Amino acid sequence: MEDMIFYDRMQFAFTITFHYLFPQLTMGLSLMIVYFKWKFLRSKIEKYNDAAKFWMKIFALNFAMGVVTGIPMEFQFGTNWAKFSELTGGIIGQTLAMEGMFSFFLESSFLGLFLFGEKLLGQKLHFLTGFLVFLGSWASGYLIIATHSWMQFPVGYEILENGKFVLNNFGALFSNPWLMPAYLHNQLASVITSSFVVAAIGAFYLLNNKHSDFGKLFVKTGVIFGLISSVLVAFPTGDWVAKNVAKHQPVAFAAMEGIFETETGGSEIVLIGQPDMENKKLDNKIAVPNVLSFLTYQNWEAEIKGLNEFDESLYPTNVPGLYYSYHIMVGLGTLFIGLMAIAALQLYRKKLYKSKWILWSILFMLPFPYIANTTGWYTAELGRQPWLVYNLLKTSEGISPTVSSGNTLFTLLGFIGLYLLLGLLFLMLAGKIINKGPETSNH
Amino acid sequence: MELFWYIVLMIMLTVYIILDGYDFGAGIVHLFFAKEEKDKKAITNAIGPFWDANEVWLIAVGGVLFFAFPTLYASSFSGFYLPLIMILWLLIFRAIGLELRGQVHNKMWEAIWDKAFGISSLLLALFFGIALGNVVRGVNLGMVTDGVSTVEAHYFFLPLWNPTFSPTAEHLGIIDWFTVLLGLVAVVALTIHGANWIIFKTNSGLNQKLRKVVFRLNFVLLALVIISLSVWHNIEPNPFHNFMEYPWFWIFPILTFTGLLGLFKVKSFKKEGIGFLFSSLFLFGGLTTTVASIFPKVLPSTNTVNPSLTIQNVAAHEYGLTVGVYWFVIAAVLVAVYMFIQYRVFSGKMDDVGYGEH
Repeated sequence: MEDMIFYDRMQFAFTITFHYLFPQLTMGLSLMIVYFKWKFLRSKIEKYNDAAKFWMKIFALNFAMGVVTGIPMEFQFGTNWAKFSELTGGIIGQTLAMEGMFSFFLESSFLGLFLFGEKLLGQKLHFLTGFLVFLGSWASGYLIIATHSWMQFPVGYEILENGKFVLNNFGALFSNPWLMPAYLHNQLASVITSSFVVAAIGAFYLLNNKHSDFGKLFVKTGVIFGLISSVLVAFPTGDWVAKNVAKHQPVAFAAMEGIFETETGGSEIVLIGQPDMENKKLDNKIAVPNVLSFLTYQNWEAEIKGLNEFDESLYPTNVPGLYYSYHIMVGLGTLFIGLMAIAALQLYRKKLYKSKWILWSILFMLPFPYIANTTGWYTAELGRQPWLVYNLLKTSEGISPTVSSGNTLFTLLGFIGLYLLLGLLFLMLAGKIINKGPETSNH
Repeated sequence: MELFWYIVLMIMLTVYIILDGYDFGAGIVHLFFAKEEKDKKAITNAIGPFWDANEVWLIAVGGVLFFAFPTLYASSFSGFYLPLIMILWLLIFRAIGLELRGQVHNKMWEAIWDKAFGISSLLLALFFGIALGNVVRGVNLGMVTDGVSTVEAHYFFLPLWNPTFSPTAEHLGIIDWFTVLLGLVAVVALTIHGANWIIFKTNSGLNQKLRKVVFRLNFVLLALVIISLSVWHNIEPNPFHNFMEYPWFWIFPILTFTGLLGLFKVKSFKKEGIGFLFSSLFLFGGLTTTVASIFPKVLPSTNTVNPSLTIQNVAAHEYGLTVGVYWFVIAAVLVAVYMFIQYRVFSGKMDDVGYGEH
């Protein structure tokens, strides 16, 4: 039984982690492509259209990876989490079915037109198809976060005698207080990923002295989008999400922040330290007094319950994992704001394209938004454990009753092998497109 | 309300099989009949802008199944665990075969992805046929041994095969001679269907040859259908009971045979889309006849201890199903509009789309 839960969780964690590397770029990049296309329509400067076309190639490759790794996500609810699907399908099936019907059809129908239809459609309609692809991908994010929010903070349901969750208020799924903060936070985080990718490719061209015109455009656009999104992801949206956790999942909040003791007169914010679960304390701690109380309740002395106040059976399953995920996300987020602020300042002083160390920093920063996005999701998901539906349905109660651990391990190994191949192919082909660079149209 | 969603689900499933079916068929044709580069190009151009949207129908079918019939979704997806995961892997290979081939100009690279596309299409057709065979044959719900359920009454798990390969054995497997027979029907039917699509959407030099292929394969298909019908009593002693009870169900087999027999005239069709219409008719009729024969069951039980899964005992709660109708109708209208636009823009012959060229 333990093995079954472990392999089921590993398979879901592995496949969703790998999958989400792609949609986070898809969502952010579709916005930036629409921006380039819009600039082209307004200014008629070909460079913007060429930039849009270049990013469309990366987008298409990335989108294909997102699609092929996305289908297993929907199937796994049934294959590996049958009991969960049976009990909650009447509710989360709504939002997941809506995702298929409203966003995937929109995205996939218009992506073909966007990729192959520029000549057939003319520029304005071509812009429109790009916009619809953007809309589809953001609608998909919305419906997934709606599903996620219901699991974190269940609303609009009743539980029947046989344990089944049934919907009694459709509107509640979308007015869930968890939904909007989490959605905006997540979408901004995906814009950060695309901003850093665009800026990093631009920096790569500038440092290589090739495609310099595009290099400048990419760095500039990436830095502006990057600065705005990194600030907004922390404040106000990150703040809203954290306040929701503090209010509705206080034990997860204490674990995230690494607070073991309830401090009278206000809680400190932990910057660094290692949770020692055996002795219930934080080793090698560096912390700033009272700041957490202020950030959470705008009151320097507000009380925040430490982990030691709760019974151990209520703890999130993996407290150190949750703590590290959260701190990595927040630490990287802070770094993003710092780097983008300096870059934006240099851009304003017209020195950015010449300051090699900033360009190198931007280039090196490329993988980190992916890590921040991933650890952000880990924070949300590990914080919810051991629950699938918070406080109502345990993860151990959700797995498929008849799928043995050996079969799950077999498919997990298969997914690992297949996804390693996919990852290699993606890097190789993306590298090829980037190395070749944007093509200039001769008009 | 269950009946409404059952009909919706079956319509969506049929649409999926007709649409992605021509992609699978095109893959099989690509594997066996396309020797020259320009023929291969013609085939990938004919499905290039569509296959992704076609595959979305599968996701949508899964989503509606999840939402409207959660118990069936949970039971069948966990019970058919291995083949479903393998279908996912094959779908990945099909997709990357199509999408990555044109990215590098190198003979070896192209050959690898051609094979990936072709072989995964072939296996997908086979697997979907086998899946249909499993649904009509039924499973040991509750995994009854010695008259006692070992798991909850609506759960089960099937290995890929058991040594007897028999659909009537005590211990069933997913692959037995009956399900493989339906798998072969699916492979042949989809090959014909894919060939018809290529004839319809391209001016390829392959088209004349493909008409002959369709004509010959149609004899094979007819033979396989007759064999399947003649052995059907092995899995269902009284296969016609639903057709006696609801005589209008006869429309489904009539459509099947109209499609099948119509295709024998493939060589003389003036309009190139006619063949595709007939094979679509066959697929529509074949699928609906099969599910109609077990209606209202959706997954029969092979033991006497646990009842079969029916549309009533697997459906979600009334409120959710009712509220779902509102958004579903809006979404369905939108999907129809998207499809209209998509097929309108890419109407006519597709030889010059330049699919996969970046």
